[in-house]
Amino acid sequence: MDVARDRGAVAIDRDECKGCGLCVEACPPRVLRLSAELNRYGYHPAEYLGSGCTACGICYYVCPEPGGITVLRRQVA
Amino acid sequence: MASDAPAMAVIHGRSPIFYRRFDRKDDDQHQTHYCPGCGHGIVTKLLAEAIDTLGIQDRTILVSPVGCSVFGYEYLDVGNIQVAHGRGPAVATAVKRSRPDSIVVSYQGDGDLAAIGTAEIVHAANRGEIVSVIFVNNAIYGMTGGQMAPTTLLREKTTTTPLGRDPAVHGYPLKVCELLATLDAPVFLERVALGSNKQIMATGRALRRALENQVHGLGFSLVEVLSPCPTIWGLDPAEAQTFVRETMTRTFPLGNFRDRSASAVPRRLAVTVPDLGELPRILGLGPASGADGASDTVVPASPVPTADHRIVVAGFGGQGVLLLGEFLAEAGLSAGYHVSWLPSYGPQMRSGTSNCHVRISAVPIDSPVVSRPNVLIALNEPSLRKFLLSMEPGGLVLYNADRVPVDCAGNDVRITPIASTAIADRLGSAKVGNMVMLGALLEATGMLPDGALDRALHRLVTQESWYELDRAALQAGRAAVHRMTAAPAEPSLARDPAMG
Ligand SMILES: Cc1ncc(C[n+]2csc(CCOP(=O)(O)OP(=O)(O)O)c2C)c(N)n1
Ligand code: SF4
Ligand code: SF4
Ligand code: SF4
Repeated sequence: MDVARDRGAVAIDRDECKGCGLCVEACPPRVLRLSAELNRYGYHPAEYLGSGCTACGICYYVCPEPGGITVLRRQVA
Repeated sequence: MASDAPAMAVIHGRSPIFYRRFDRKDDDQHQTHYCPGCGHGIVTKLLAEAIDTLGIQDRTILVSPVGCSVFGYEYLDVGNIQVAHGRGPAVATAVKRSRPDSIVVSYQGDGDLAAIGTAEIVHAANRGEIVSVIFVNNAIYGMTGGQMAPTTLLREKTTTTPLGRDPAVHGYPLKVCELLATLDAPVFLERVALGSNKQIMATGRALRRALENQVHGLGFSLVEVLSPCPTIWGLDPAEAQTFVRETMTRTFPLGNFRDRSASAVPRRLAVTVPDLGELPRILGLGPASGADGASDTVVPASPVPTADHRIVVAGFGGQGVLLLGEFLAEAGLSAGYHVSWLPSYGPQMRSGTSNCHVRISAVPIDSPVVSRPNVLIALNEPSLRKFLLSMEPGGLVLYNADRVPVDCAGNDVRITPIASTAIADRLGSAKVGNMVMLGALLEATGMLPDGALDRALHRLVTQESWYELDRAALQAGRAAVHRMTAAPAEPSLARDPAMG
């Protein structure tokens, strides 16, 4: 798995996430899942599988929280 | 967060339109109060993005409703107002008209907009107010725990339709876009949804259009967003999204119902709010030339520092009850006091009862309601009986008759009978009975200087013929007080029938 070649990546704010799972359902390449662990609020926060993100931004838009998800894209040199 | 990926740049992240911290929460101050999967969170985010894209943060004024989205002002760093249930479009109208350069957004739920606020939205749309309305339709009252809304789907079970919504009993789902599309004025009406990725993106575009129209000075724009409420619907967030997409849209078809953005003529509202300094002139309170040409410059105020007159004037319609109160307030004002005048509106036109509350005070008035009067002017017997018991001990009653009913005397108040109607009749018009009473009151109490009353007369009496009669009536009232104090229970005063 060549992480470096992925177009994008996401960062999830564990404690802002409410574990609604909408991002998990929405992600086209299905590279998100709900964590088995709980956050301090008691939700299972979303987490990135670590590779395969296309930086499509969909998860950002379906997430009801202002900063639950941050989407990053690889800069073309 | 991206420390391990230096070549990565943020393309979607927390909008700068959100406050960095949401103060209403003690902790987790970056998180909203919405339930997991709630559509309000998504709409708020899309709204923030639209505001950012259009660069209108400093001009935007968000009008938040009553409902789950009541805390809009906690989240978006724009101008914020939170209004009474359903009144968003009315407040938005006022804000936009008084601040034409602002971008005014009325954010509303379906209980707010389509139930209690139906009149406000219909009329704002019909007037073509230059505002943007975001209508979040989740087909339920969310905040209060799931009562039926006018938008609730047929057969849907709610706490108030436990057997399901039955059109024969509860009517049909109210289709707001379709309803408003019958009006001529709206510029943009669109129904979108949060039922899929594509729908969410389309919602973002529609919200931006609604704001953009306002930036361009076009008229009324409304976006209805079919929005999940997983909590009340009893569905998990993904199921609720599916319900929006597959079920709600069957009752509420998506689409554009009006788009005149291209043809509508941009308008720029003239500021209709006058300069404060102009108000006296506009209201006709500017220096008036009195009937005798007296100068109207306000005399140096020398209010009695302890003055606190709480006056009730009561009688039947046609006796000039309200006008008497107005004279008092006007005279009090010109004597340098704080005053209030609170008329009660009953069916006065048809000889119903009528009363008004007047306060004349040396200090600012907390409430215009007089619940414990120290002065009562009772122009008929029912009014005397109605208000007598509420009087403060030691208070003064002026009663329009030649004697006081036996069972009313003996209270801890001074009741002075002044047969004002009879006196006025003798002067030529029963209509000046109120002025007789006014003269009597001022004579009995000395509560206001003569000059103040003169100025009130100049202001309120416009016809010279009435002016003379009013002066005569005032004088007769003053004289009547002296007759009464000279001979309190003089039966000879009973010559005239008390009431006209
Ligand atoms: C004048 C008034 N009437 C009733 C209420 C109670 N109330 C609070 S929220 C609400 C319904 C809100 O429903 P909706 O507009 O659909 O918003 P949601 O909570 O579903 O987002 C009601 C009836 C109130 N606060 N004020
Ligand atoms: S940006 Fe797109 S691909 Fe990446 S995690 Fe989000 S939804 Fe999945
Ligand atoms: S959509 Fe947002 S809140 Fe919901 S699980 Fe994903 S990150 Fe968490
Ligand atoms: S009750 Fe419904 S509308 Fe209210 S916050 Fe929860 S999910 Fe959102």
